[in-house]
Amino acid sequence: MFNVFIQVVRQDLLAAFRHQSAILNPIWFFIIVVTLFPLGLGTDPTLLSRIAPGVIWVAALLAALLSFERLFKDDYIDGSLEQMMLSPYPLAWLVSAKVLAHWLLTSLPILIISPLLAIFLSLQIDAFYALSLTLLIGTPILSLLGAIGVALTVGLRKGGILLSLIMLPLSIPILIFSTMAVEAAASGQDYLGFVLLLAAMLVGAITLAPFAIAAALRVSIS
Amino acid sequence: MLECKDLTCVREQRVLFKQLNLIVKPGEILHIEGPNGVGKSSLLALLTGLSSAYSGDVYWQQQKITAQRETYYQDLLYLGHKSGVKAELTALENCQGFQRLYSSQTDVDLYDVLLKVGLVGYEDIPAAQLSAGQQRRIALARMYFTECKLWILDEPFTSLDKEAIKSLETCLIKHAQQGGIVVLTTHQALSIPEANYKKLFLTKATVEEHYV
Repeated sequence: MFNVFIQVVRQDLLAAFRHQSAILNPIWFFIIVVTLFPLGLGTDPTLLSRIAPGVIWVAALLAALLSFERLFKDDYIDGSLEQMMLSPYPLAWLVSAKVLAHWLLTSLPILIISPLLAIFLSLQIDAFYALSLTLLIGTPILSLLGAIGVALTVGLRKGGILLSLIMLPLSIPILIFSTMAVEAAASGQDYLGFVLLLAAMLVGAITLAPFAIAAALRVSIS
Repeated sequence: MLECKDLTCVREQRVLFKQLNLIVKPGEILHIEGPNGVGKSSLLALLTGLSSAYSGDVYWQQQKITAQRETYYQDLLYLGHKSGVKAELTALENCQGFQRLYSSQTDVDLYDVLLKVGLVGYEDIPAAQLSAGQQRRIALARMYFTECKLWILDEPFTSLDKEAIKSLETCLIKHAQQGGIVVLTTHQALSIPEANYKKLFLTKATVEEHYV
């Protein structure tokens, strides 16, 4: 059963590496959006460090949204989604593997590149740690929630805008708690509470979202 | 044994077929025929459980398939219009994926399989760069290492050349002789021995039956 999980992740990573623009485009998008803010708002360090958490989080959210379409679309088009639904293994298990692969391909690079962007936005080191932590915990929640939206819209011809409408409101709590954690860290307060709340959301998402994704896919395909 | 009782299929509020009863026993090949749009693919989708029927049920080994999804899918190999071959992966990687994700013999050498479907020499080229027929062959390669008893094939002969059609036919006959079941749709005339070969001819519903 675990081998199956690894096989799905491996296959998705392999396919993505053969098709590199799909990995690189969301990251470029993320970097460009973040760099636009200092250009538009001026380079006052206090202003930038104040807006930095919000900017980075919103950019990460938009970059994730941009990449979601690929999550099930290719599989839907080439028929492997149908095959996955007829697999003897639970669909929820297989889709979790797909979501993990997607997270590794889109959110992990954003996590890695965020130190650089934190310097761009003159974020203090404490606030930066908090930001990295919230990104680490928050982006998997985004991927799982987004996957539900993708699963619901995969059969539609132009589901992109509908996907954003489903997905963006659901991500508001994550955005609020993440930016509050970073603000608390920047002003020297304890931010563990916010992070733990995010972690609780992540646990909830990991346990429940795969079943919702599987159910949504069954509705979309039939 | 695959069985369906009183199966009614409705698409876009039109009745495609009504109260269809069907039994396929081990060792049989069922060929579903009929004009375009009569509901052949829809019938196959119902048999796989991918879509649900308006009324009626499908049974596998005397049990409803909806009540035993995972056991049923251990026995089922379905090949639809969309072949399930990933375009970025090579023929070999695609076969490895099939072997690990679906009930398969694990001790089969995949190079032998590729030799059987005539893809040796192409094993390291991404499927996207192969021709339609070759991509189809990748999908069909599964049949040489699957352990599934029930094969449901939707137009398996599309874009294959004469030789490949012939070897697929042999493969289907062999599967039936070993006690397997094949349900397929095709517009091709098949040269399969009479003994275990059944045909089902779907006809268009009459106008008064058309709407629900």
